[in-house]
Amino acid sequence: MSICPIQPFSPNIISDVQNMGCFEFMQHAIEAGTLTAIIAGITGYFVVLRRSAFTAHAFSEIGFAGAAGAVVLGIAPLAGLLAGSILGGVAIAILGRRVSNRDTQVGIVLAFSLGLGLLFINLYRGGYATATYSILFGEIIGVSSWEVNLTAVAGVCIVVAMGVLYRPLLFASLDEDVAEAKGMPMLFLGTAFMLVVAVTVSFAVQVTGVLLIFSLMVTPAAASQYLSKRPNRVIAISVALALLATWIGLFVSFYTNYPVSFFITAFAFGAYLLVRLVHWVASPQKPATPAPATSPR
Amino acid sequence: MEKLNRVVVSRTNSQLIEARNLTAGYGEKVVWRDGNFSFGPGEFVAIIGPNGAGKTTLFRMLLGLQHPVAGSLSVLGGPPKRGNPRIGYVPQRHLIDSETNVECLELVRLGLSGKRWGFNPFSAGERDSALVALESVSAIELAHRPLGALSGGELQRIFLAEALVSNPDLLLLDEPLSNLDLKRETDLLHLVNDVVRKRHVTALLIAHNINPLLPHLDKVMYIANGKIATGKPGEVLTSESLTALYDVQVEVLRDPHGNVAIIGVEEHHGDMR
Repeated sequence: MSICPIQPFSPNIISDVQNMGCFEFMQHAIEAGTLTAIIAGITGYFVVLRRSAFTAHAFSEIGFAGAAGAVVLGIAPLAGLLAGSILGGVAIAILGRRVSNRDTQVGIVLAFSLGLGLLFINLYRGGYATATYSILFGEIIGVSSWEVNLTAVAGVCIVVAMGVLYRPLLFASLDEDVAEAKGMPMLFLGTAFMLVVAVTVSFAVQVTGVLLIFSLMVTPAAASQYLSKRPNRVIAISVALALLATWIGLFVSFYTNYPVSFFITAFAFGAYLLVRLVHWVASPQKPATPAPATSPR
Repeated sequence: MEKLNRVVVSRTNSQLIEARNLTAGYGEKVVWRDGNFSFGPGEFVAIIGPNGAGKTTLFRMLLGLQHPVAGSLSVLGGPPKRGNPRIGYVPQRHLIDSETNVECLELVRLGLSGKRWGFNPFSAGERDSALVALESVSAIELAHRPLGALSGGELQRIFLAEALVSNPDLLLLDEPLSNLDLKRETDLLHLVNDVVRKRHVTALLIAHNINPLLPHLDKVMYIANGKIATGKPGEVLTSESLTALYDVQVEVLRDPHGNVAIIGVEEHHGDMR
């Protein structure tokens, strides 16, 4: 195994990327980031379509309490994260979609979870600040090969699950009442989807942290909604945007030494703004220009 | 030969919906009782009555989402069962979020195959069926428009196409006319009437105002105060028949244009205009 040379950023992007990929920790980061971006891009579409963004965020905060609890107990934070968010997901699914869209209650649970996480972190004496910081803002650079493998397994499971659920979930998300009348298993669909979101959130936390989860779960999907009216295409674009934000974020972070999570958030946000701007310019009916008088209303 | 005749006879006698002493309610609470009615193929039926009288409850029972408290109900030759593909349903809306940037064709196709598991892209056949359904509600030009950008009337046509795409024998429309202005209300009614006549489908339509419906209807069902009256509009909507049913003085007023207003049973039904 060769020792990687520490080279500064050069105008030759290809050699820059090769240099970055030489480091094992960067390989792990790229692998975990790529897998996470794919599942977050897919799941994020339905999160946006079902207006469950706030709920998804709540999962990550419940996961924070779980992860912090795991740190206290000396277990892998990821295990606590998964346990916390899955528990939250199942609870919200059973309470029903109408409940899950209630901002107030979700916000109350979210705040309490964050507080609980703070208590657990306080109980943990070793590396108080580091543990908190990495859970809240991501620690993609410190991902182990074991965690990469686990992310791959979870990623395959989620892609398969979303493939199976795709059409009924789309139907139930667009037209809940008709889907129910047609005999769709609504509780099963809701629970299965919440589980998928919970697992996706847990792995995305590795990359972006609890507080920046939206940058992968919501922003790419929200931006791609403006680029196509076909759900399967929107999902493809959403995955592409999430991947781009992650890759460029890792690359820029590697050469600037500023946090990866910031750059992923920034590039996702930049893409969103750009898409909205292009959409606004290209859209035929702008609110500023008076519409031609077609109907009396 | 004799057998063939019998089949034909039984077909013409068969009713799509048949209720005997039907009682509707939730648990202990009875909403209405002693419902006796039957509807045959190709009938256009309006269901009117005050809010909370149990109109939607009837739909929920027909769809198999709710069980009758007592009595018998048969739908399409059997007990109501959830997910019956021969029933097309347009629930009371619920508007679509204005940010939903999904094209209408997608929703109509889901009406045909949304129940199927798996990430199978829509086939050309499904696409054609969806386009035919859109055509039949004069909404072909909306096929690629985003759902979130539609007006109330356009949305109702898309929902109707979504319900029609699986070629149902029975169409249940829950207040499709609410939130529509007079012009769009008339347009949608003509459209539903066309669908009923051309496709020979039975349509039950819940409405607040009976008058715009009167020229099209075969039957009317009036639900109020826990009781149901069903029959031809001219027979049901008279002072005598409703007074006899409700044991209170009910007045059915008619203006020179044939519009009716029902006075005496809680709120009145039918605006004279």
